[in-house]
Amino acid sequence: MSPLLLILIPLLSAVSVAFAPRGVAFRVATISTLVTLAVSLIIASDFGHWYDDGFGLVTELSWLPSIGASFDMHADAPAMWLVLLSTVLMPVCVIGSKTAIKERVREYYAWLLVLEAAMLGVFLAKNLLFFYVAFEFTLVPMYFLIAGWGGSNRASASIKFFLYTFTGSMLTLAGLAYVAWRFADASGGWSFDIPALTAFASVDLSATEQFWVMMAMLAGFAVKVPLFPVHTWLPLAHTEAPTAGSVVLAGVLLKLGTYGLFRFVLPMTPVGVVEAVPAIGALATIGVVYGALICWVQEDVKKLVAYSSVSHLGFCVLGLFALNPSGLQGSILYMINHGLSTGALFLLIGMVYERYHTRDMNRLGGLVANMPIWSAFMVFFVLSSLAVPGLNGFVSEFLCLIGAFSATPDNAQWPGLLGPWYAVFAGTGMILAAMYLLYLTGRLVWGPYRAPPADKNSGLPTDLSSREIGLLLPLALMCVWLGVQPSGLMRTLEPSVERTLAAYPELVPTQVESMAVLEEVNGG
Amino acid sequence: MVDRLDGLVPEMMLLALAVVVAVLGLSKASSIRRMVPLLTAGGLFVAAWLAWGGKDLPPESAGFLAPSLAASLRSMIAGVGGVLALVASGTVDRRLEHDVESGRMPFEPLRASRGEFYAFMLLSITGAMLVASASDLIWLFLALELTSLPTYVMVVMGRAGRRGAEASVKYFFLGAMATAMFLYGFALVYGGTGSMQLADIAEIVASRRNLEGLDMVTTAGFLLALLGVGYKLAAAPLHLYAMDVYEGASASVTAFLGFVPKAAGTIAFMVLLQTAGGESLPAMVVTLIWMLAVLTMSLGNMAALQQTNAKRLFGGSSIAHSGYLLIGLLAGPGEGWAATTFYLLVYGLMNTGVFAVLAALERRGSEVEQVSDLGALRHRHPALGWSLVACSGSLMGFPPLLGFVAKVWLFLAAVQSGHIALVVIAAINSAAGAWYYLRMMGMPLLGAEPSEPVEAAPSPWPARAAMAIGVLLLVVPFFADDLMVQTREAAAAAVMVLGS
Repeated sequence: MSPLLLILIPLLSAVSVAFAPRGVAFRVATISTLVTLAVSLIIASDFGHWYDDGFGLVTELSWLPSIGASFDMHADAPAMWLVLLSTVLMPVCVIGSKTAIKERVREYYAWLLVLEAAMLGVFLAKNLLFFYVAFEFTLVPMYFLIAGWGGSNRASASIKFFLYTFTGSMLTLAGLAYVAWRFADASGGWSFDIPALTAFASVDLSATEQFWVMMAMLAGFAVKVPLFPVHTWLPLAHTEAPTAGSVVLAGVLLKLGTYGLFRFVLPMTPVGVVEAVPAIGALATIGVVYGALICWVQEDVKKLVAYSSVSHLGFCVLGLFALNPSGLQGSILYMINHGLSTGALFLLIGMVYERYHTRDMNRLGGLVANMPIWSAFMVFFVLSSLAVPGLNGFVSEFLCLIGAFSATPDNAQWPGLLGPWYAVFAGTGMILAAMYLLYLTGRLVWGPYRAPPADKNSGLPTDLSSREIGLLLPLALMCVWLGVQPSGLMRTLEPSVERTLAAYPELVPTQVESMAVLEEVNGG
Repeated sequence: MVDRLDGLVPEMMLLALAVVVAVLGLSKASSIRRMVPLLTAGGLFVAAWLAWGGKDLPPESAGFLAPSLAASLRSMIAGVGGVLALVASGTVDRRLEHDVESGRMPFEPLRASRGEFYAFMLLSITGAMLVASASDLIWLFLALELTSLPTYVMVVMGRAGRRGAEASVKYFFLGAMATAMFLYGFALVYGGTGSMQLADIAEIVASRRNLEGLDMVTTAGFLLALLGVGYKLAAAPLHLYAMDVYEGASASVTAFLGFVPKAAGTIAFMVLLQTAGGESLPAMVVTLIWMLAVLTMSLGNMAALQQTNAKRLFGGSSIAHSGYLLIGLLAGPGEGWAATTFYLLVYGLMNTGVFAVLAALERRGSEVEQVSDLGALRHRHPALGWSLVACSGSLMGFPPLLGFVAKVWLFLAAVQSGHIALVVIAAINSAAGAWYYLRMMGMPLLGAEPSEPVEAAPSPWPARAAMAIGVLLLVVPFFADDLMVQTREAAAAAVMVLGS
């Protein structure tokens, strides 16, 4: 089956939802996301490159050959997993919005579906301009979702979200244009083919060029991740977005940044990366600890979970820049796990908000008394989020830390430029996570019951309805599966990860030597 | 001489049409008067088609620019000009026609100015097209003046009352100063090289630069000429008039001012740069344009950021886009000018689109121009609201709209010519521009409804033009390749002529 379907189905259903009668919008959107999920599962089961480092699903579709733009697609195993993450989360978002969204229903679902098409475009793109178009285009639906259905401070949240990300990615475009020009100069024609450009850039660009191209790419991707100190748009956007918006934002959109780092920064500019690893590692570690500390003092539950994303994504970046397979595998696994557990946490908070119209911890407490099922799920996903062994979060967080820990220059097989100190500092983030998440659970779930009067018009039962349970249960099962049996997934990531890292075992020692020389010169 | 006339058939046709239109506008039959804008637009579309045929002209029938490049530029001006004529329908004589229709008074030719307005429009467009065929300095000067002079009158005609007059006077005096500037520059170039013929000047300049280096008089001449022509582009430092004039003129005239003089200026830049060395410009000229580009885009964007008046906002935006055009011009003949030509076309469409939306709206007979007036536009006027969203998004350079494609090409061309710093500055500027374009995208969709609703203007044509442009901006990016290939071939010829 053509991967083109994965983009066309949501896109065409978005158009039909926008013009369908109001009453059927929800149904059309649900069916569309479920069909997309089914198609993605079929494509995944036919995918021939799960256990090697090749790219499958290669599809060619011409666009503007005169500047090298096309809609070509391909995917390797990590990309396929992220495609599956997106197609799994989208029905959850749509079905989870059934009772929460009562105004301008058609538009709302149309934007959600457009968002799905754009996200899948990012993961499937084989052409850099196609990637860029899709990457940027995720902003529009998200902007309208926040600005149209968000909380009280939605106007400034949506604008901040849009401008932050747009500014970063304009610089990314400039950097990529430079790479494309150098490639055109050498080969005689414009091309934005990702494999070709990656192979070219990593070898033929000088160290200075690689460094600046990497900085340009980081400008776009670091904002999206978000890496400290350019994370400030995220808490606001998360807090103000409607529930489904937060789920997609945390679940998939942040991963576009880490995916960009994995797909472009690491393989394209290895010489630049080895120069910047210590700095990026430091920023990621600061993000982990700083995000966690901020979580600790939040009164707004949603804001707390939002800041926890800053902290969690710090681990993810740390794993990527460990430059060894365990770090990278952990990082990609983290992308999936964070999508599942943080997505579920946002859903759970949304469910409480729909009933009580507050997210203030001072006004909510002891909910186990009349929402036992909700409380059970809450405790479960909190445990998953704070990386309790046996659940999904543990494996990935542990691998990221191991990766960073073992990324020392004297590591025989995969020398790296981080080391135990980075892991130790980031490790404190795990402890802090336990503190703020358990504190959250303690106040929200246990203790004396306190809550504002429930909204009678919401049409929801006191505890979760079967629809809501139906949303959370699959996510919970996936969390358990990935916690107990991560090896299957890990094995599929290994070849692609090693391909991405191929250049580093040679580059890192040279970098270490040149740093030593520099130190000697400065010392002498 | 006969050879030269062969290459000017579309322009001659437009001049004849200007006379016809001026007379028809005075007709007693209102159906004929109403036909004037459509006739103008039709004529312009035919001229665009005829001019496109000029690609294959022999060099002796063409001006200094390569025939194929000149043909695509002329064709583009006439084509966008046709859309501008449609947008302007209903701008002039609105009150008079209303009175005549309601039977309050008979039609009085003395009070009608519609025919003249469209005649002036045609003259100005013809002037801009003639710039592309210039072969000597006098021709270039006259063509630029033919572009400008009618616009001063159009500003007054398009909007009765004090504001139109004020805008016109401002525009005229500053324009006269700019004219003096580039005329002085032309004189210095003539003094330095001893020739009026562009081809001769180019040869002298090239041979001098090979031997002893270009003399100060000629260099100063080029610098002054470029600065003065920069006024037509609304390039810094002569950009200050733009926002005032754009605000004072009626929306349809503003759309016109935002494109036709700018196109004429861009082409004049090409002619002058080709004369000054084409691919290898003198260092001072490069520095000048580099600085002009940076200042123009930055100042334009900064000026637009805080505007509450939509016309001033898009005025600032149009200044910023001149800065982007200058980047393309600096990138040199060939890829750079191909991208510039394409960008100019795309800019012409998007800019015309936003002003067409403004021209299609009114409140109690007067123009709508505050940003807040456009709040929730899509509820009452869905097509206009979405057109505004598409045009603003395209001006922002948001993928996959046409403005994005044009901008990517421009950036690629600039990177290719080695102006990487300029591209980074342009990228930062695009991001800054996103701030106000986003406001213009959000306003019609999510903004608060204005206290007093806006209504559709009597003429349906501005709205139709806006919708057509909105659809084009969304659809053309997927089929633009042919157009881009042809533009590139046309501009590639410019390099070949230069080399020979």
